[in-house]
Amino acid sequence: MGSYLADLYATYQSTLGYVGLNALFALSVYATLACGQLALGNAGFAAVGAYAAALVTLKAHGPFGLALLAGTLLPAALAVPLGLPVLRLKGVFLAIATLGFGEVVRIGLVNWEYVNGAQGLVAIPQLTSLPLIYLVLGVALYALARLRGSKWGFALEAIREDEPAARTLGIPTHRYKLAMLVLGAALAGVAGALEAHFTFMVAPNGFSFLRAVDMLVFAVVGGTLTCLGPALGAAFLTLLPEILRELSPLVGLEPGPLRLMANGLILLAVILFLPDGLASLPRRLRAARAQRIAA
Amino acid sequence: MSALLRVARLARAFGGVRAVDGASFEVRPGEVHGLIGPNGAGKTTVLNLVSGLTRPTSGEITLDGRDIAGLPPHRIAALGVARTFQSIRLFPDLSAEDNVVVGEHQTRHPSLLARLLRLPSAAAEERAATEQARALLERVGLRSRSRVPARNLSYGEQRRVEIARALGLSPRLLLLDEPTAGMNPVEAEAVADLIRELAREGHAVLLVEHNVRLVMESCHAVTVLAFGQVIADGPPAAVARDRAVVAAYLGRARG
Repeated sequence: MGSYLADLYATYQSTLGYVGLNALFALSVYATLACGQLALGNAGFAAVGAYAAALVTLKAHGPFGLALLAGTLLPAALAVPLGLPVLRLKGVFLAIATLGFGEVVRIGLVNWEYVNGAQGLVAIPQLTSLPLIYLVLGVALYALARLRGSKWGFALEAIREDEPAARTLGIPTHRYKLAMLVLGAALAGVAGALEAHFTFMVAPNGFSFLRAVDMLVFAVVGGTLTCLGPALGAAFLTLLPEILRELSPLVGLEPGPLRLMANGLILLAVILFLPDGLASLPRRLRAARAQRIAA
Repeated sequence: MSALLRVARLARAFGGVRAVDGASFEVRPGEVHGLIGPNGAGKTTVLNLVSGLTRPTSGEITLDGRDIAGLPPHRIAALGVARTFQSIRLFPDLSAEDNVVVGEHQTRHPSLLARLLRLPSAAAEERAATEQARALLERVGLRSRSRVPARNLSYGEQRRVEIARALGLSPRLLLLDEPTAGMNPVEAEAVADLIRELAREGHAVLLVEHNVRLVMESCHAVTVLAFGQVIADGPPAAVARDRAVVAAYLGRARG
């Protein structure tokens, strides 16, 4: 029995690690969505965090703690000069500008010889453990959950619902939006730093715009009304391929295309039938049952 | 008493339309000041200019002698200017009391660290904020509806929650944009009583209102706008007799 569990752990260690990492990436998008801003620069912030941390351990032989700190603070610091101009944009224009930032970072890394260009960095020491990933995730979830119902949580909700009205109530909306962009960048950065030391390697193409879209899909599928939704969505969509791999012989499709099809269908179904995400499913079922009983 | 709000030669153009065209008037503390005029006269634009949602094209707005024209809305709010909206703009998913708590943003000073560490001081600060919100809802007669989501309140109740939310800022100047629109006469009378009471306490109230009786009974002074210009200014009784005002509302007699 003990060895069976050990085998299971060994088999799924990578998957479990990615559940936690993707949850952090999803929360980094949630941070800006919480105040109604669709910012998609998080693949770029993750790349900055991953490379900064990898350079500390790989090139400078610095301690892992310092690497994580650099991977968190550098993207957060970058978010300030990026956010000051682009947060004046709204809706899809903000999304485009921040996606552009991500691509600038990626192309910059491709052309930077010191970090091996498109090949990226390899043989990064494996210092990230599963408990560490879940510790960071736990702290992030706790802090975000504690914002709800606080002065700052109410301010974010007010900005999301009606920004001009929030401003007339004395809420400095620009400051809040910038703070959440910085928080999102820090979360994406620390997740990138952890990932680099989990998979031994980083490459620019791992941080393409598709990655930013993945993070958004995690958050939307899980739901963005509370911080549990993005974590749930990330877990669901990260575990899904494992299930699909078992299913693929039955339906006669390769696992790869099957995964993409399933992701697309799930996203569509959630947007159409569960606009508040998977996290709202229990509440919806309760409401439906209450209605049935009443009828 | 000297004026709290002074508006001088205020103008705002939208393209070629001069929505506000050189308006001047003053609002004193302890005074309900009516701002009336036909539809499209520029009343709501004046409120948007004073609260900072719209920047003036030219002219002066001073609060207690301080120039506030063109300041961002949250800075103006911090100086003690609160408003309600003609089209209600509550946060629909939040309860009535949480809407009012949002309005207390400027007056609350909690510690983020205390909140994260679940210190008793954080809980006490939040209880105080909620208590104040309930007290303000009591003033507008909605204490029993504190926990109801704003979207489930009646139209008249939502207007009163908006007034309570504005009072959450502890404002010196209150801008009310048609606070009794859509209310039945009993509700409207209760709001009129509240407005007079707020003025007696020393608030300055700038009131945009179509209910003529309410304006006549509650306002100490009235400014009449037509096509963005002030056509009359003074005590309500005098304004009501003014020929230009009658003409603006009813059209000019032929002859």
